[in-house]
Amino acid sequence: MNAPQLALQWSDWLHLFGHYLVLSLLSVGGAITTAPEMHRYLVDEQRWLADSQFNASIALAQAAPGPNILFVALMGWNIGMNAGGIGAALFGVAVTLTGILLPSTLLTYTAASWGHRNRELRAVRAFKAGMAPIVVALMFSTAWILAGADLPAAGHWPLWLLAAAAALIVWRTRIHLLWLLGGGALLGWFGLV
Amino acid sequence: MAGRWRRRLRGPSSLPTRLPLHVTTSSATDHPRPRSPADLFLSFTVLALQGFGGVVAIVQHELVERKRWLTREEFLEDWAVAQVMPGPNVVNLSMMIGGRYFGWRGAVAALAGMLTVPLAVLLVIALLYANVATHPGVAGALRGMGAVAAGLIGGAGLKLAGTLGGNPLGRPLCIALGAAAFAAVALLRLPLVAALAGLGAVACALAWRRLAR
Repeated sequence: MNAPQLALQWSDWLHLFGHYLVLSLLSVGGAITTAPEMHRYLVDEQRWLADSQFNASIALAQAAPGPNILFVALMGWNIGMNAGGIGAALFGVAVTLTGILLPSTLLTYTAASWGHRNRELRAVRAFKAGMAPIVVALMFSTAWILAGADLPAAGHWPLWLLAAAAALIVWRTRIHLLWLLGGGALLGWFGLV
Repeated sequence: MAGRWRRRLRGPSSLPTRLPLHVTTSSATDHPRPRSPADLFLSFTVLALQGFGGVVAIVQHELVERKRWLTREEFLEDWAVAQVMPGPNVVNLSMMIGGRYFGWRGAVAALAGMLTVPLAVLLVIALLYANVATHPGVAGALRGMGAVAAGLIGGAGLKLAGTLGGNPLGRPLCIALGAAAFAAVALLRLPLVAALAGLGAVACALAWRRLAR
């Protein structure tokens, strides 16, 4: 699928900003847990990003140094590029990154000291215990969707195999993740996956 | 209360290594600390630029083992909160560490250090990528890296799943709740808010009841 050509209005940027403000508050376990929702909104519903752009944003941010949250900035970058050029892309970075960070950082900063003082409270412990299995399941969901597990098996099974192998290796060994990403890049470069 | 919790976390074997007096005080009274917000900014910039595919392991290694700004116990506490709160975990963590020493100025300095230079590097990479995206080798490499990135997230999930053994909900409930969340988000593609608000509320209520026993 090719990148869409967009003509975004101010109201569209506001919707994008508002969407990321909400996702920020929902991103328990890291922003990557909200990637399925980002995919549903940006690719399926609004069609602001091509599926390939969405996946490349996450892959590039994973490959580059720095916190993985920057994949959100790349999504804003790509939306801006689809809507015009580098100026819009930089604006997109500001919109998505500010949106995903502002509520969560304010909330975390305020709550961290409170939680630190009250970690024996039953409510605090219940929240931690209750959210734990949900958060883990959301990580599996993210991996499932990014690996394209719902795509037709023909032609995609090598990708699934690679994703499954990477998951097992990172689970069972302490290998530097860069080796795995480099291995995936090599396999892809030579058309093996 | 804080002292009691820390003693439980440390376990009896490690207790005598630090004075109980210090256990109850806040951090940074007896180990090195960042000199200034600028020091925080630079330190977190260096940390972030070393982190390919995840920064938390670098943060733990550099700040706890080498710089000794935090004890392992303090790191564990902050990391638990950073994971429970919404927002990117490692960003939350850096902000909490910065805030611990210099208040909101420290939090902003650590946050900016974590994001500014890595963002610039990433955008340069993205610009270069746009020029070579049509190259079949590059497209293939990105496809391969995307599959590996998916695997890395799955592997992190597998690691985290291992910590559920000690969850007060118990194994069967954890599996049931996790399976329901996976089905809702990955298979049915329901909006995340439905899974978090619905299943999350059920899970927290169940945990609340279990903790009463």
